[in-house]
Amino acid sequence: MHLQFTLNGKPWSVDCEPADTLAEVLRNQLNLNGTKVSCEVQVCGACTVLVDNLPVSACTYLAYEARGKSLLTVEGLEKADGTLHPIQQAFIDDFAFQCGFCTPGMIMATKALLDEIPNPTRDEIVHHMDGNICRCTGYLPIVAAIQRAAGVIAKESKK
Amino acid sequence: MSAEKKTDFQIVNHSIPRRDGRVKVTGKAQYVADLRLIGMAYAKVLRSPFAHAKIISIDKTKAEAHPGVYCVVTGYDLDGLNPYFGHAVKDHPLLAIDKVRYTGEPVAAVVAVDERTAFEALEFIEVKYEELKGVFTPEQAMAKDAPLLHERKFEAGALRGFEGEVTAGKGTNICQTHKIEWGDVEKAFKEAASVVEGNYYFPMTYAYAMEPYVAIADVTDQGVTIYSSAQHPFMVRHDLKSIFNLPVSKVRLIVPFVGGGYGSKSYTKVEPLVAACSWKAKRAVKLQLTVEEAMLTTRSDDAYTWMRTAADANGKIIARQAKIFMNTGAYAENSPLVVEKSTNRCVGPYAIPNVLIENCSLYTNTVPASSYRGFGCAQVTLPGESQIDELAAKIGKDPYEFRLLNAAKPGEEFFPGMRPFDGTLKQDLDTAAQAIGWGTPLANGHGRTVAISGSDAGAYPLTSTAVRVHADGSATIMTGSTELGQGSHTVLPQIAAEELGIAYDKVNVVSSDTAITPYDRSTGASRTTTLMGSAVMEACREAIQQMVVMAADVLKVKVEEIQTVRGGVRCGEVQLDWSQVISKFYALPDGEVIGRSYIRKSGKFAALPVFWEAAATGVEISVDEDTGKITMEKLATVGDVGLAINPALAEGQDIGAATMGMGIGLFEELVYEGSQLMNGSILDYRLPRFSDLPKEVSLHLVQNQDGVGPYGAKGGGEASLNSMAANIANAVDRAVGVRIRQAPLTPERVWRALKEKNRKDRGSKIEDGG
Repeated sequence: MHLQFTLNGKPWSVDCEPADTLAEVLRNQLNLNGTKVSCEVQVCGACTVLVDNLPVSACTYLAYEARGKSLLTVEGLEKADGTLHPIQQAFIDDFAFQCGFCTPGMIMATKALLDEIPNPTRDEIVHHMDGNICRCTGYLPIVAAIQRAAGVIAKESKK
Repeated sequence: MSAEKKTDFQIVNHSIPRRDGRVKVTGKAQYVADLRLIGMAYAKVLRSPFAHAKIISIDKTKAEAHPGVYCVVTGYDLDGLNPYFGHAVKDHPLLAIDKVRYTGEPVAAVVAVDERTAFEALEFIEVKYEELKGVFTPEQAMAKDAPLLHERKFEAGALRGFEGEVTAGKGTNICQTHKIEWGDVEKAFKEAASVVEGNYYFPMTYAYAMEPYVAIADVTDQGVTIYSSAQHPFMVRHDLKSIFNLPVSKVRLIVPFVGGGYGSKSYTKVEPLVAACSWKAKRAVKLQLTVEEAMLTTRSDDAYTWMRTAADANGKIIARQAKIFMNTGAYAENSPLVVEKSTNRCVGPYAIPNVLIENCSLYTNTVPASSYRGFGCAQVTLPGESQIDELAAKIGKDPYEFRLLNAAKPGEEFFPGMRPFDGTLKQDLDTAAQAIGWGTPLANGHGRTVAISGSDAGAYPLTSTAVRVHADGSATIMTGSTELGQGSHTVLPQIAAEELGIAYDKVNVVSSDTAITPYDRSTGASRTTTLMGSAVMEACREAIQQMVVMAADVLKVKVEEIQTVRGGVRCGEVQLDWSQVISKFYALPDGEVIGRSYIRKSGKFAALPVFWEAAATGVEISVDEDTGKITMEKLATVGDVGLAINPALAEGQDIGAATMGMGIGLFEELVYEGSQLMNGSILDYRLPRFSDLPKEVSLHLVQNQDGVGPYGAKGGGEASLNSMAANIANAVDRAVGVRIRQAPLTPERVWRALKEKNRKDRGSKIEDGG
């Protein structure tokens, strides 16, 4: 099966099986190992990527469904000059991860949240992020990082 | 020494951003799941549908004929290997041999060209079983007519981690027993002014490291090489060495980043199986478990505890007695040590003159239990800290004051034969109490409590390291400690940079490759900062000593004339930094100096535990009396860490641990119905989520530099978990007047307890004629 899509801003085409999930294609064929797979039943959020700007669980999303669409993975956030996306930088600044296994999915879910609600309240953060599990941090520093990133993005957009 | 209270730190005691930050936020951090070797095959595992059954036959011909399958490995294919492993008790076959002992036990593995092919071929393996009667609880396992899980006699593991004998394999289902006793418990209870007594249950729980168990093995005539998500690569090496009968030098464990451990990845798990697959298939093989399979691999020991605690008329605790039965599942894993630890941890952190604790773990036909963050401590802190509150209520004392009165004092030898207490519980309790507004008015239906934990932590002190100082003045730490997320790759370079007087960014870490990095017993029991941190500190100092000698040689002066300064040496007017010393010594701007250190149970580490891990937590909860649902209003953590090498990381450990403890207090529990694990998936096993975050959280550290680690540091990160279930149970009692002696306190359990209480209240009113 031949598929074409835009991936992190560039056109791609791949051949895959109808049963291949997006996570399998990203990880096994395209060597984009940033997208992590944990629960495989769409409850932990570790594999969150954006498809046409909306968050999906790549562990259960068939690669076929991504045909013709625009995909964004954690590898697509860093600028060409090496500058981190404000969300990535905020996760470092607020110690918002430990083992780091949930982090790519957490960052992509945050991206979707801030694209939709640029200045979320704590309740809005909790509501939007409830589908992403972190076992290390107790979530507290992640909430702080999301708030920090929202502030930085707002400041940047005013410039 | 801890007496050396240095305070003018340049790098240590600062919240420097994580060393692994950039790779982890860009998706470039490599975990074993991300690794691929050239020519690698993939394994999938066939698991037992029965909890206890004889294997009559296995027919693998159809599966082996399936296109893309290299081979199928069963318990009958292991001639030439010593197929039983276990660091405490060698009771665990790498694949079931002759019989299965729990539902989900590996029976066969298919090795194929890819994972999907391996998975497809599983259904072509035909296994004939003869089902046996199973036992699923300690009570069933102890029954007179109970079937025996293990018929074999066991070799006690040389690396079991405790000095006592192993009880397993003596013709019963007992896996391990342990007992501690001092004073005269019977007499004390007779003379007591007040006694509380009760039965408690702490559930089976699942650590859910988000990266499930995964390993890649490559077995050749050169030896065994394994990439694994293991916390303790050197312990795993020992098991593999025995299985393959190889010298230590021919077994290599490599551990890249680990996606969460929390104890669940300590000791050997899937490595023997994947190594056997590689040995049989004659190529590198990867075995990646699913989360559902990981849940069939390890859990925590659940514990049934009867406990009683007594106080005298002055409110001093005079006695505690407990009988604990733990359910260790089908194989011992680390449970013998969990038994010893949970026995010890019934006492602390209180000074109690009369103690008798008896503990017994039993084999059952359930998933093998092993280490889980703070192992053994949370199980007994539920009864222990519940009874402190129950007793305080009974004698009409404020539970916080009651704790203050009885908690072990700094320097007190409250546990005979062990290291005197090295924490400051009064300060811990005060900080927690203040943080949650102790003594201020509370809303109706709200409850507020504090609880403490003090556990004998640090495991066994056997740790070595090398610090290589390079000719450009940078340094590389060679450490056997694994970066699990706890931050060792950040903390260890902080210590090295502080000691060598060089920039933090100039220190790199190479970790957890048993062929390269010096021996470290384990990454667990909160030991890395204290033990590996001390080793790094000593190795830096040893490198400096060598460089002083080299500087004397270079400057053609006596060693005594060389004076060390930050980042280098001085001799009169001449000052050289490390780069100049090394470059001049070799007469080339290259080369290195290797500082080494070996830590053993000696000197300041002679007394065990290595340190007492102490922490307090405070909570305020509210209870919805219509539904029984508990809401976490406030949470405060107080880590008594001696000195935080990196305060943000230390606080991060505490909130992470407290959240896991909160999960167990509120909803986490593996549920068995007969032989079946009913909620063995993340769909059914409830974990803390964003929406469970307490409304107000405050994190605190107590830093009195009273530990044996670098600059007075001690370990942290487990103790905040231990007290949480008790804290929640105590707060519920104070909020709505029901005492629940079982975790988790699910809405249903709270609601039923409230209903029962209301029924009794009504009943007593009627009796009163009211």
